[in-house]
Amino acid sequence: MVLMNAPLVLGIETSCDETGIGIVRGRQLLSNTIASSMDEHARYGGVVPEVAARAHLEALQPSIDAALAEAGVTLDEIDAVAVTSGPGLAGALMVGVGAAKGLAVALDKPLYAVNHLVGHIAADILDAEAGELEYPTVALLVSGGHTSLLLVRDLTSDVELLGETMDDAAGEAFDKVARLLKLPYPGGPEIDRAAASGDPTAIRFPRGLSRASDMASHRYDFSFSGLKTAVARWVEQHEAAGQPVPVADVAASFREAVVDVLVTKALDACERYGVPRLLLGGGVIANKRLRDVATERAAAAGVAVRIPPLRLCTDNGAMIAALAAELIVSGSRPSTLAFGADSTLPVTEIQVAEDPDATAPGRIATRVAS
Amino acid sequence: MIIGIDTSLGTAVAAIARDGEVLADEQSANALGHAEVIGDLLRRASRAAPTPTHVAIGMGPGPFTGLRVGIATARAFALGCGIPVVPVPSHDGVALGILLSDALTGTETPRFAVVTDARRREFAYSVYDGIDDDGLPIRILDATLSPRDDLDARLAEAGAVRYDATSVSAAMVALAAARALDAGRELAGSEPLYLRSPDVVAAHAPKRVSA
Ligand SMILES: [Zn+2]
Repeated sequence: MVLMNAPLVLGIETSCDETGIGIVRGRQLLSNTIASSMDEHARYGGVVPEVAARAHLEALQPSIDAALAEAGVTLDEIDAVAVTSGPGLAGALMVGVGAAKGLAVALDKPLYAVNHLVGHIAADILDAEAGELEYPTVALLVSGGHTSLLLVRDLTSDVELLGETMDDAAGEAFDKVARLLKLPYPGGPEIDRAAASGDPTAIRFPRGLSRASDMASHRYDFSFSGLKTAVARWVEQHEAAGQPVPVADVAASFREAVVDVLVTKALDACERYGVPRLLLGGGVIANKRLRDVATERAAAAGVAVRIPPLRLCTDNGAMIAALAAELIVSGSRPSTLAFGADSTLPVTEIQVAEDPDATAPGRIATRVAS
Repeated sequence: MIIGIDTSLGTAVAAIARDGEVLADEQSANALGHAEVIGDLLRRASRAAPTPTHVAIGMGPGPFTGLRVGIATARAFALGCGIPVVPVPSHDGVALGILLSDALTGTETPRFAVVTDARRREFAYSVYDGIDDDGLPIRILDATLSPRDDLDARLAEAGAVRYDATSVSAAMVALAAARALDAGRELAGSEPLYLRSPDVVAAHAPKRVSA
């Protein structure tokens, strides 16, 4: 088997509520097909794992067909299959894992089981407009499912977790506060809309894990449940006093607290590790206020910010394929077929179940090329 | 050649020739771990049947998470091979096995119910009565849920002997598919036999946090 230096990889991502199929040739994005079950979760106010898993099963095959059509390739041209092994919702992940194994066995092609969070970083290398990703970089990943601060020394071999949320993910906090304010799901865009006419300094909501006493053990960790409770208490007190709740001010002040703590901790990490680069990823990056504050404060701190296009920031299969393509080129062997879904996969496990007995397709490519 | 995959009760992958000869019959009795084992089982089965024409899928009923692993794997495998899937109710596979083994020993098979655990203090059961001219079990009651305590009374009323299935043979699922194909019949729709809506509650008003 001889592969090109830029392997054609089909990636499958089903860790939450997006069924993502991506096709890349090395760092070139050929298709990024996403089917979302978000509308089905709206009336429950959050992602319902069983609803998400059922939707993945139904969306997978049409999504694979659509991705192949968009990329203009056929399955027999694919060099490798990639899939998210974790972290994420176990039942949802398993649908993707099953499909990836079925496809890899049928095509008799190598399978790469990879880490979802590291995939978010890999999304950046598909941005043709951006220059080469430089290392090391601090990465802030914020979505409805995760809030993580990472130090990336190398995408395929060295990713360190600096901190993560101790309770709710930032996106979850947006959803919960939206409900407190009687706004629909998903909360992010709704809070944004409400906040547009509000004063972000109207109410000083707490910044979780930001006290001096937190710096020793939780310097880069996040906590949003206290913030959510503070908002709830503030709203209840106003209602109890018979005063109208100034939704715009509450939304703007809440959003400011979230954005402030995210950006402050990310830039603190840049400074402490002497890394003048910050990569943003995850669906909450769609929040314009977060992007603006991060860009502005990073510029003041002499930190360069990278933000992949939004369709690559939300959960998608292209980032999973991109990560696998990088692994292949860097000489990684395929995964065995014996891995499962790991809902709490640590970010240090970039690839899962690498098979010590397998041949690395990237190595063959290099040898043939030289 | 037909590949059969069923993960409604454990994980089973088989390959049969179109005439029913079993080429591979791979199982893992582990009630969990479907995602972990299915790839290797499928690879062994597909090596025994290198030119499959169809993929038979056990559509349940069964615990949802595991059931979906088999269906997802089967559909993607079929897509990769460019061949169609044939959905089969998993209980039909069990029923066919019972009927064939009785036929071998010349035993008359009474009307019977295939019973599997449906969790939440319920069973799933389907009732069968004999085998038809196509060689397929005659299903007189499609898979249905019953509270555990009510099942025996229901089966007594239906005049069906209870058969608690402890595994589903993927070879029997594949054989049922082969016979259905020969007869030009469909045994199941393309949707999994969940029998139950997702367990969800509509968003309630937020809890008060102030005393
Ligand atoms: Zn994500």
